[in-house]
Amino acid sequence: MGSLIECEDVWKVYRVGDMEVQALRGLSLTIEQGEYVAVMGPSGSGKSTLMNILGCLDQPTKGRYRLNGREVGNLKSDQLAGIRNQQIGFVFQSFNLIPRTSALENAQLPLFYRGLSLKEQRAQAAAALGRVGLQGREHHYPTQLSGGQQQRVAIARALVTSSSLLLADEPTGNLDTQSSKEIMRILETLNRDEGITIILVTHEVDVAAYAARAIVITDGQVLSDRATKARPPSSPVGV
Amino acid sequence: MSAFVWLTILTALRVLARNRLRAGLTMLGIVIGVAAVIAMVSIGEGAKRAVQAQIATMGTNVIIIFPGVTSASGVRGSQGSAVTLNVSDALDLKKRIPLLADTGWARRDVMQIVYGNRNWNGPINGISPSYLTIRDWSFTSGGPFTQTDLDSAARVALIGQTVVGNLFEPGEEPVGAVIRIKNVPFRVIGVLAPKGQSAQGSDQDDVIFIPFSTAERKVFGTSFIGSVGAMFGSTDQVEDLPVAAEQIREVLRARHRLQTEQDDDFTIRTQIDIGKVQEGTSETLTVMLFAIASVSLLVGGIGIMNILLVSVTERTREIGVRMAVGAKRHHIVMQFLIEAMTLSLVGGALGIVLGITGAKLTTLIAGWPTIISGDVIMLAFFFSLVVGLFFGLYPANKAARLNPIEALRYE
Repeated sequence: MGSLIECEDVWKVYRVGDMEVQALRGLSLTIEQGEYVAVMGPSGSGKSTLMNILGCLDQPTKGRYRLNGREVGNLKSDQLAGIRNQQIGFVFQSFNLIPRTSALENAQLPLFYRGLSLKEQRAQAAAALGRVGLQGREHHYPTQLSGGQQQRVAIARALVTSSSLLLADEPTGNLDTQSSKEIMRILETLNRDEGITIILVTHEVDVAAYAARAIVITDGQVLSDRATKARPPSSPVGV
Repeated sequence: MSAFVWLTILTALRVLARNRLRAGLTMLGIVIGVAAVIAMVSIGEGAKRAVQAQIATMGTNVIIIFPGVTSASGVRGSQGSAVTLNVSDALDLKKRIPLLADTGWARRDVMQIVYGNRNWNGPINGISPSYLTIRDWSFTSGGPFTQTDLDSAARVALIGQTVVGNLFEPGEEPVGAVIRIKNVPFRVIGVLAPKGQSAQGSDQDDVIFIPFSTAERKVFGTSFIGSVGAMFGSTDQVEDLPVAAEQIREVLRARHRLQTEQDDDFTIRTQIDIGKVQEGTSETLTVMLFAIASVSLLVGGIGIMNILLVSVTERTREIGVRMAVGAKRHHIVMQFLIEAMTLSLVGGALGIVLGITGAKLTTLIAGWPTIISGDVIMLAFFFSLVVGLFFGLYPANKAARLNPIEALRYE
């Protein structure tokens, strides 16, 4: 088994009118199974582009990206959707729950596209909500939940796929300090106790501090990549 | 069906239930279109059935032969004014054409009938007894006259319901009564069962039948003995009508010694011909209905497409989320198609209910006969489905082609 994520000389070039924007410029990166990585960098550094590529929402213009040993650079959009469905969980800054839809149904969503039976979907989604401490709130609508609770529903939605990779894009960006702490605690637990690989995009240093490894991106390249704290069981860290 | 389809239908219903007013307004086009079609087809079918019933009152598998027109120095008389047909034609036709089950003849004139101190002007028909069977006349009391009556020129009469109503007191029994036609006494031996309006709209019950020979000798005072106003024939099978009509034509042309270049001095009409005229009318109606249906379904479909495009825009983020968690293109397409079809089918169903109600109300208020056929309902349902599918396709594809990254970022 190779690494979970292997990026090799990844370029992403956009064309905006006549302008060519190089969002990623030959970025290389390896992330092992079970790591907790914070990706930092100023806005416009390319970290969002990197997350989109890592999350299989986008594909590199040039270079190689292997997820779980599989090259995803030349897959079709439906194949990418399949990979996102099976292997990746997303947590967004703005939660991105489907409005007027219960917590349970939101958490069910990835399973919905797997074609599982309704019973199965409900059971697994309820279990995922339990893991983030939302038992008893299955039938609440997003508007009836606090920001922190909404984000926990989003985490449950990411967990329900049983994927080993969780991509969190500024998960605490819209939360108060207390809720932020709760969310970070949940992520930490998932990483520590269940071995889920977490890649966290943030520009808050204290949030990044939860991660074991911090990667700083500037101008579409890795500026620095270092361990933030010594943590025993996780796989080899940093350079 | 898979859990996916069921849940998508459920989601679609919930989305529609959330925007009830909007969904209702969107569906209105389909509702009105389908309702109009169902109501109008029901009324059309009812009218058609009524006309068919009228045509059926002519008799069963009837052929009518009228004499030609007179032509005096280029001035042509009206249809049937000539005296080109006579009794021997009718008898010979029956002898020579095996397809003809029977032939009959009649001659009519309007005359005054007197009974007691009442009188009435009605058409007197001198007929052969076979005429009654060919035209399917039945009796409410008494019965027909016979060949013997014809041979002996008996003074007997059969009278229709309208005549009964005008000559007799309510409850008075006409059979056995003696009426006078042109001062000749006739004994009423039968009262005819009502037939109502003919396909041409005339009152078929305003009629008096007397034996042809009696009419000729004692009432009409004809100068051309044996000439008839019309001849009638009937076949056992309706399919035989055109062949029989052609054979009649050949026999009559031969009997009348017509040269090839001469026109027929008679006109032959079969029940099928008369039915066709009516069918032509209902076909025009059908084409019109189809046009109305197409336009309203088109408008309804555009409404659905419009609202779905709005929905796709409103729910861009949701589409992005669905894509991020693994919805493939066909999942998104299905979702919006199902929404479109739910709209159109619910609209169609409402339209069907409204249409049936409209048809029933028409019967109730205007008294028009209506027939609601299952075919039309199926067709309406099917068309609603097609409209939903067709007009949902573009918005659904638009949604499925969204870029997940941009969709997620959409404000």
